[in-house]
Amino acid sequence: MNEPAPAGDGALFEFVVRLGDNALVLGQRLSEWTGHGPVLEEDLALTNVALDLIGQARLWLQYAAEAEGRGRSEDDLAYFRDAHQFRNVLLVEQLNGDYARTTVRQFLFDVWHRELLKALAASRDSRISAIAQKAAREVEYHLQRSADWVIRLGDGTEESHARTQRALDELWPFTGELFRSDAVDAEMLQRGAGCEFEALRAPWHHRVLAVCTEATLVVPSDGWMQSGGKAGRHGEHFSYLLAEMQSVRRSIPGERW
Amino acid sequence: MNGTLPQVATVWEWLADVPDPEIPVLSVVDLGIVRDVAWCGDGAERELRLTITPTYSGCPATAVIEHDIRAALRAHGVERVTLAVALAPPWTTDWISAAGHAKLREYGIAPPARGRPVLCPRCTSADVGEISRFGSTPCKALYRCNSCLEPFDYFKCH
Repeated sequence: MNEPAPAGDGALFEFVVRLGDNALVLGQRLSEWTGHGPVLEEDLALTNVALDLIGQARLWLQYAAEAEGRGRSEDDLAYFRDAHQFRNVLLVEQLNGDYARTTVRQFLFDVWHRELLKALAASRDSRISAIAQKAAREVEYHLQRSADWVIRLGDGTEESHARTQRALDELWPFTGELFRSDAVDAEMLQRGAGCEFEALRAPWHHRVLAVCTEATLVVPSDGWMQSGGKAGRHGEHFSYLLAEMQSVRRSIPGERW
Repeated sequence: MNGTLPQVATVWEWLADVPDPEIPVLSVVDLGIVRDVAWCGDGAERELRLTITPTYSGCPATAVIEHDIRAALRAHGVERVTLAVALAPPWTTDWISAAGHAKLREYGIAPPARGRPVLCPRCTSADVGEISRFGSTPCKALYRCNSCLEPFDYFKCH
């Protein structure tokens, strides 16, 4: 199915949708933990981090809808696109797994997210800059928490160490995509509205290494890296996430409450 | 509305009576959510323009706050109101007024303490510990006082 070309600013729409989808999909994944957290405090924490991310997703998707100029709303973008139309990186859609896996996924994302938002705060596009500044403050707190937990679990018991190391090894191939740029990124960078993704790699790796070292974890070396999320190629579990997120809205389109 | 328009300062006084839905001891003015109040347009087109800012991106109270502000202004006879949302500069807890800090303390919530020790709102002891990074709302963390042994909410620095 081909989508008609956007009437408005295509590159801006695409760039901002990616930011919105990262936040939306990770927020949805985290909310699967609601009521199932290992302890009450963590249940609250995951739900609140999810809430921040969904709030950020709304800000990005509202802007994307305006940039597109075809009369779609943030809700239309969230609920009425299919898997191949989502533009999130693959890392955020990975299954929750055990608590080590959820924690490592969050940590790897938080470090990158913080660097990305810091870079976008300097965007020449005032709306991107404003949302990035707003979100960066929230993500700072997410990162403090996820880094704490990587250290606690990695430098914890033999069992928690083994699980955290395994999560790190298994999720590592999904980190390469975080630093790749394509034509949309290049155009946004050229306008002074986007950022240089490759430049996020060094500060990201520095922080990941520091925390993992404290956690007695071994940072894997780069091998084959998965990619495709930014172009709409997602894993087999992604459609199930969308089904859960979208089914109510799709079964009663236009309903209000 | 007919007759003379209320002064901007009067509107601020009205807004100072609009409570935050989750921490009702604070008003939307104490919280620093209202950034600007101004009259715009001429004659029959004259309308009150308010600029507000959200606390957290995902704060569920935001929609309620907008509704409550409109309702309060309507109660004072102001029907034509535009609410503009400003994200930048981002809201931080530094926007909470000194009066807001005092009200929080009295209510049993430790106010944000940037660069200072968190004090127990009941006995003012600095011997406190964090129980949970998140509490009953996204803006608070859960603490415990080791002196009076009471748990309390801390409005975390943001």
